[in-house]
Amino acid sequence: MALRTTASQTVGPFFHGLLSPGLNNLVGPATRGERITIGGRLLDGDGAALANDGMVEIWQANAEGRYDHPDDVQELPRDPHFRGFGRCGTDAYGVFEFQTIKPGPVAGPEGKLQAPHINVVVFARGLLRHLYTRLYFPGEPLNESDPWLSAVEPARRPTLIAAAEPGGGQRPRRYRFDIVLQGENETVFFDV
Amino acid sequence: MNQPLGYRKPTPGTVPVLLFPAYKSTVKRAPQKEPATVEATLCEVTGPQPTAELFGSASGDLTHFDGGEALGERIIVFGRVLDDQARPVRGALVEAWQANAAGRYANPGDRHEAPLDPHFQGVGRVVTGPEGEYRFLTIRPGAYPWGNSYNSWRPAHIHFSLFGAGLANRLVTQMYFPGDPLLPLDPIFNSVPDPEARQLLVCSLDLASTRPAYALAYRFDIVLRGRYATPMDE
Repeated sequence: MALRTTASQTVGPFFHGLLSPGLNNLVGPATRGERITIGGRLLDGDGAALANDGMVEIWQANAEGRYDHPDDVQELPRDPHFRGFGRCGTDAYGVFEFQTIKPGPVAGPEGKLQAPHINVVVFARGLLRHLYTRLYFPGEPLNESDPWLSAVEPARRPTLIAAAEPGGGQRPRRYRFDIVLQGENETVFFDV
Repeated sequence: MNQPLGYRKPTPGTVPVLLFPAYKSTVKRAPQKEPATVEATLCEVTGPQPTAELFGSASGDLTHFDGGEALGERIIVFGRVLDDQARPVRGALVEAWQANAAGRYANPGDRHEAPLDPHFQGVGRVVTGPEGEYRFLTIRPGAYPWGNSYNSWRPAHIHFSLFGAGLANRLVTQMYFPGDPLLPLDPIFNSVPDPEARQLLVCSLDLASTRPAYALAYRFDIVLRGRYATPMDE
């Protein structure tokens, strides 16, 4: 018996009860891997920030490239101190930010590795359904052969690659990833 | 390693149009370019597991907060989470949030001139049982005005957020109440193309499940995208 899937509806502007404290910090002292900060602004078709009414979720593999999920049967180490999920609401300037680690590459089609990336899901007032995109890292050799990046026309690929910002001392490297919902520099979204 | 089996697409007609000008906020926020078509990978068939460590402790009772009882009509909202083949989705995280009985959210951004209820936060979180079942005890939310157009009002609704087994069957939706005269006027509800799919967002009174002399019960079943069973299906 086939059932109709339940229709999506917007998250609306008042989802803040979903933002339990600490949900945008994925790392603890024992988490393995290179600490990084990822963040950016969520912008509309006029370049205006989605102030306080956008929400970003991330899902990623651990430093070794394994997901914290029973269906990930790759022979790679688990990290009991890394769950791989984060959620952050945008602030008054449309900014979201996560403290996390750089994920390892995950197996892809035909036995090839996918480039290291973070899966990103976007919700907002005015978005009647959520959007899927991916954050890739600059200068990764695997970016050249990544199946999803290759599915995107070359001119639009840069919208998926975060910009490394100059780090300072002991602070984690920061990657900037703006998400543009509409217009000339519209971020590539995927039909997942 | 072989590629994992992906998730079937949502049923045609159930996916809202992103650009729906009657809902004004979509005009500058709806992406205009076609999404990139890709094959499922391990990254979308996996997804976050609903641990209390991640999301905080679960509670399906929204009617008590800060030592007191929320005002308004108590209701039970319950149902099952199924996949598109009618199989129960076990262990799914269901989050719900809503306005209070007066139509106001416990949220600093909500400026509606309606009273806040110190005993109502309007957020619940439960995990589905072996048959995909879930249950909240809450307060029937009020309708409220919004800035979409002159004198526009949202029908009473409860927001739902669900995580199935994979990122691909993530769902955020809204549940409405039967017979609400605001439904035909609501652009968010009407952004769903198929009228039958729209009606599935409306819960139904279930007298058999009420708690007599305490709370009426409304059933709302939720259907998530299902996963291909064999490569042949795909």
